[in-house]
Amino acid sequence: MQTLAAFRQSTRAWLEENCPASMRTAMEEDEVVWGGRQAEFKNPDSKLWLERMAAKGWTTPTWPKEYGGGGLSKEENIVLLQELQRINARQALNSFGISMLGPVLLEYGTAEQKAEHIPKIVRGEIRWCQGYSEPGSGSDLASLSTKAVLDGDDYVLNGAKVWTSYADKADWIFCLVRTDFEAAKHSGISFILFDMQSPGVTTRPIQLISGASPFCETFFEDVRVPAKQLVGKLNDGWTIAKRLLQHERTMISGFGLSTSNAGRKPDSASLEGVAMRIRGDSNKLSDAVLRNEIARHKIDSEAFAFTSQRSMEEAKQSKGPNATSSMLKNYGCELNKRRYELLLKGLGTQGLGWSSSDYSDFSALELKTTREWLRSKGNSIEGGTAEIQLNVIAKRVLGLPDMPTLIKKGG
Amino acid sequence: MMSMVFNEDQRILQDSVRAFCHENAPVSELRRVRDEKDEDGFSRSLWQQMVALGWAGMTIPEEYGGFGFGYTGLEIVLEETGRTLVPTPLVSTVLFCATALHLGGSEAQKLSLLPKIAAGEVLLALAHEESALHNPVRVETQAVANTDGFTLNGKKCFVLDGHVADQLIVVARNSGEQEDTDGISLFLVDRQAPGVEVQRLNVVDSRNAANIGFANVQVPADALIGELGDGYSILEKVLDVARIGLAAEMLGNAQEIFDRVIEYLKQREQFGIPIGAFQGLQHRAAHMYSELELCRSAVRRAFSELDGAQEEIPVLASIAKAKLAEVLEDISNEGVQMHGGIGMTDEFDIGFFLKRARVVQALLGDANFHRDRYASLNGF
Repeated sequence: MQTLAAFRQSTRAWLEENCPASMRTAMEEDEVVWGGRQAEFKNPDSKLWLERMAAKGWTTPTWPKEYGGGGLSKEENIVLLQELQRINARQALNSFGISMLGPVLLEYGTAEQKAEHIPKIVRGEIRWCQGYSEPGSGSDLASLSTKAVLDGDDYVLNGAKVWTSYADKADWIFCLVRTDFEAAKHSGISFILFDMQSPGVTTRPIQLISGASPFCETFFEDVRVPAKQLVGKLNDGWTIAKRLLQHERTMISGFGLSTSNAGRKPDSASLEGVAMRIRGDSNKLSDAVLRNEIARHKIDSEAFAFTSQRSMEEAKQSKGPNATSSMLKNYGCELNKRRYELLLKGLGTQGLGWSSSDYSDFSALELKTTREWLRSKGNSIEGGTAEIQLNVIAKRVLGLPDMPTLIKKGG
Repeated sequence: MMSMVFNEDQRILQDSVRAFCHENAPVSELRRVRDEKDEDGFSRSLWQQMVALGWAGMTIPEEYGGFGFGYTGLEIVLEETGRTLVPTPLVSTVLFCATALHLGGSEAQKLSLLPKIAAGEVLLALAHEESALHNPVRVETQAVANTDGFTLNGKKCFVLDGHVADQLIVVARNSGEQEDTDGISLFLVDRQAPGVEVQRLNVVDSRNAANIGFANVQVPADALIGELGDGYSILEKVLDVARIGLAAEMLGNAQEIFDRVIEYLKQREQFGIPIGAFQGLQHRAAHMYSELELCRSAVRRAFSELDGAQEEIPVLASIAKAKLAEVLEDISNEGVQMHGGIGMTDEFDIGFFLKRARVVQALLGDANFHRDRYASLNGF
């Protein structure tokens, strides 16, 4: 095995040669590469960059080589990330396959399942969506009622999912279904994978308060799914579901990390930069109360970034995400929500536009901020509400006791 | 950047400091000092045991009689002593004054005082504040040069361990206007010198502080620490190190309250179940846990900078002090509230943590002071 220094050198050389110049710039939201059968590449370099990174397995650097991953050690992965950051390289591929399904499939999937699905995730060929929440099962996810009944070699699925991110754009779904109708609620759930093109699957986008539609309602009517596509043990899907949620929380907690201020000078997009521009301030934010609130937020953001860093250092000594993922998810989301509230306070009525008119009263950035402010409200609902994360911390980290009666019935 | 996770040596030190505090310096020691109206306000024999363990020389380099364990060593000691609230001269003598001498003292001053600090033979105090609010540039105390050295006149307030210190490091102005940073100088002053009048304060945390007056106090020329008029550049660095150290003490205080609260939530029963089963309390506990994690990171990051690159010390000091002041205020309040009626009794220890919390929150700048400073350091 080559030394880390040699790895850094060869990585740097490879990136210099293979990362297109246009992939070393900041990325707009509509430029994010999600992959899949209907993949869209606004910039042809994005496709090239994805193919090159996928060929090295560097879209999933630490996954095993035998399934197309990069096979890097944690230390090598850190070097790779640093080198990518050094040239401001864009993320070649972003997907729920990478951040959520892949890690649990590697842990719980059969060799056959891994061989079939992992390489396609690595190469961005299949875009996955997550079938978890249902109209009647939000925080009480384990009460879900989408049924899967065995019929020959297939399960037949009936039911509905909601808040399925990008279901209308996804190729396959990883889905929680009820396979035992007698058992306690946590014990009758299975984790199953299937093609969204299967007959009987329909999706309908949900328009959010921000105007965007990243989520769908998803309906299953007599959808036939081969039984071999069930992951893990029958009726043990809750174990996998929880594991996957930890990965999801780790991903969402990254939302709180976007506010670093390396040069320690306000830039125009920063909280203080925006507030000073609107007020015409040159070197000190004139609203003393807002200044205090912004400072407090930025201090929290820095302490949060240190905590993520420390948590990674500590995770090196253990394995995989742990219960602190709930803490990081929750805190990161709250920070992000606070950030947008402060941006709105900074902007005054300039932060309250809905679309540009003939007079162009609102800048594109201001309009974007308004929409993002609205979207941020979902941060503490998706992936387990803030209240659920606090429950997890109280019980799993602090060891506080369960409420003994009432809500315990039904499992 | 240095690691934010303790290494093997640091973990061993932490275990031994924690064990010592648990056995020899529990909260009952503070209670004893308070109830017996101890004249020193701390136990000299206990301090000598701590000195024997190397605590006083933790940050002092070996050539000056210390152990050179770095500021992380002192961090560990301050956090653990923060957990039991044991009164010691660690903050005044080691954190404030050994740092000041190390950063600004002449070779002769270092040679004469640092080995004695490490050996527990001398106590020092930093006399800098002149008002009820932390303001390091507000210096009215006058230093006038004369043929024998300098004459000091003025008043200092809330000097930690001022009444037991053998030597004082006094911040005085030799030129400039009240809030100028130029014209500030540091002087070593014998507490017993003529004209020094020490008035011990009785403070809510039962620890030591004093107001000190200086009336025509004559000090020799070699009492000056650093260059004449350039003392603020030393003081600024000392204050940042001290703020980070105080943040470590605050972390210990907050962590101990939190641990006691969690224990109580599991034991105390009402309505036939442990109160920790109630979601109203569970969520507050989970919030405290989250904030404490951020506090620990802020403290660890700041100390890794003190023992490492040192470039970001000012901003990291303000992050740590602001964050800990904010969170300790909340946790110390929750500490009383979540214990219910017993939390209001003097017999129960939790009130000691609350009382110390407010003092250490205010020392060297509260949360608002450091948010303001953080904003200024970041250009807004």
